[in-house]
Amino acid sequence: MSNDTKTEEIKGGGGDTVINMCHVAKSFGDNTVLRDINLDLKKGENLVILGKSGTGKSVTIKCVVGLLTQDKGDVKVFGQDVSALSENKLKELRVRIGFLFQSGALYDSMTVRENLEFPLRRVLKLNDKKDIENRINEILNGVGLPDAIDKMPSELSGGMRKRIGLARTMILKPEIMLYDEPTTGLDPITSKEISELILSMKQNYHVSSIIITHDIACAKITADRILVMDKGAIVKEGTFDELEHSKDNFINSFFK
Amino acid sequence: MENTEDIFYKKILVESGNEVLFMFRFFRNIFRWDFEGNEFIRQCYMIGYRSFPLVAITGFIVGFVMTLQSEPTMKEFGAVSFIPRMVAISLVREICPVIIALICAGKMASGIGAELGSMKVTEQIDAMEVSGGNPIQYLVVTRILACICMVPILTVVAEGLGLLGSYAGMNVSGKVSAVLYFHKVFTGITFGDLIPAFIKTIFFGFAIGFVGCYKGYNSDRGTESVGIAANSAVVSSSLWIIVIDAIAVQLTSALGY
Repeated sequence: MSNDTKTEEIKGGGGDTVINMCHVAKSFGDNTVLRDINLDLKKGENLVILGKSGTGKSVTIKCVVGLLTQDKGDVKVFGQDVSALSENKLKELRVRIGFLFQSGALYDSMTVRENLEFPLRRVLKLNDKKDIENRINEILNGVGLPDAIDKMPSELSGGMRKRIGLARTMILKPEIMLYDEPTTGLDPITSKEISELILSMKQNYHVSSIIITHDIACAKITADRILVMDKGAIVKEGTFDELEHSKDNFINSFFK
Repeated sequence: MENTEDIFYKKILVESGNEVLFMFRFFRNIFRWDFEGNEFIRQCYMIGYRSFPLVAITGFIVGFVMTLQSEPTMKEFGAVSFIPRMVAISLVREICPVIIALICAGKMASGIGAELGSMKVTEQIDAMEVSGGNPIQYLVVTRILACICMVPILTVVAEGLGLLGSYAGMNVSGKVSAVLYFHKVFTGITFGDLIPAFIKTIFFGFAIGFVGCYKGYNSDRGTESVGIAANSAVVSSSLWIIVIDAIAVQLTSALGY
């Protein structure tokens, strides 16, 4: 089976809404970052948010996990209003959401093993060494880096950091994944590998994902549906093929 | 439109409010069953043990220099035999607690501020938070408690070595036996000198840990903010130490110690 056919098979999804953002606005002082964001993420779907730098893409997904609180509008995850949740409820919800940061955000004073142990011991409260070891090995094999287990983050390349960051997030088996510019700063080959890894996460772990990017190659590989953002609002929605053939100059500028 | 003065006062109020909230989060997280014991011990090692040489040398030299400086004046009054007592009381009550706390502010508060600041900049704190972890419990509680434990211990070490330094200073110009010297020291100081000073160092430790953590945890994005966090942690914690010392002196005087 060719890679492209395989990719097409993995794509597709739909069904229940897991994330719903309705008329969300957010400002930092006088700087309005989000004006009016409306989006739905369906269960099992890979939703790509495409847009230039500084259009509020990262702020959008930070509102989803409650790292930032919107000034107006509603953000609902699994039907729960994120801004109305108590600290404990928010913590419980966050365990069901994975967040891959742009830099990987690995804890740089810990080895890869300790990075992966951290959520297992503190969130899942696991203490059985063998069980922890098995889970770590399984997830490291999943991201293709079984030999990095005892390395420090400073010894890893950019692509490896992102893979380990993804492993640390996926080790909790979240139902939703939020990827913040997963391929930024990587060479085209590593970018493609990361994009395919995102797709394989959907296949292997059945996660629903929002992928923030301005990398068209990544969007092509991963997207079931694409939202284009500009100046804090969604300006266009469609599949990759639909947007690729759009006559809108702004949309076209991404595909050139 | 708000004038500059209003903005200044508003900033102070907002900052004070944030500090109180941060303190509240710290106290709420102290008494939890899932206390990060290993990280606390690691922080005691990093913060306390690694400061030991600096503190030891400082303590010794302070005692040594103080004795040498006071000897000519005391000699004029024929009061050389009072030097051990005078140096001991000065070291234990005031000089060692404050000097060691200021040194610790420079070393610990800046280190904590820079470490947490860079964790904030590289989104490690956010990552901990969104993965359902508790960064206050793991990063803040452990560091503040380590400072609360280690600053008093380091101060006691410095006081001990300060007295040794003073004994060495006494032996520069004449010969005094160790037994006589330390007999004079221990008959000169009382628990009333030791305990209030020791309690004061606990508050110094809290100030150093709290300010370092607050500045680092709340630093802005960008590498410049790491430097600002480290710098302002030292400045603020040093100020806190001076203010706490002034209050402690008033309190101990009022209580008759």
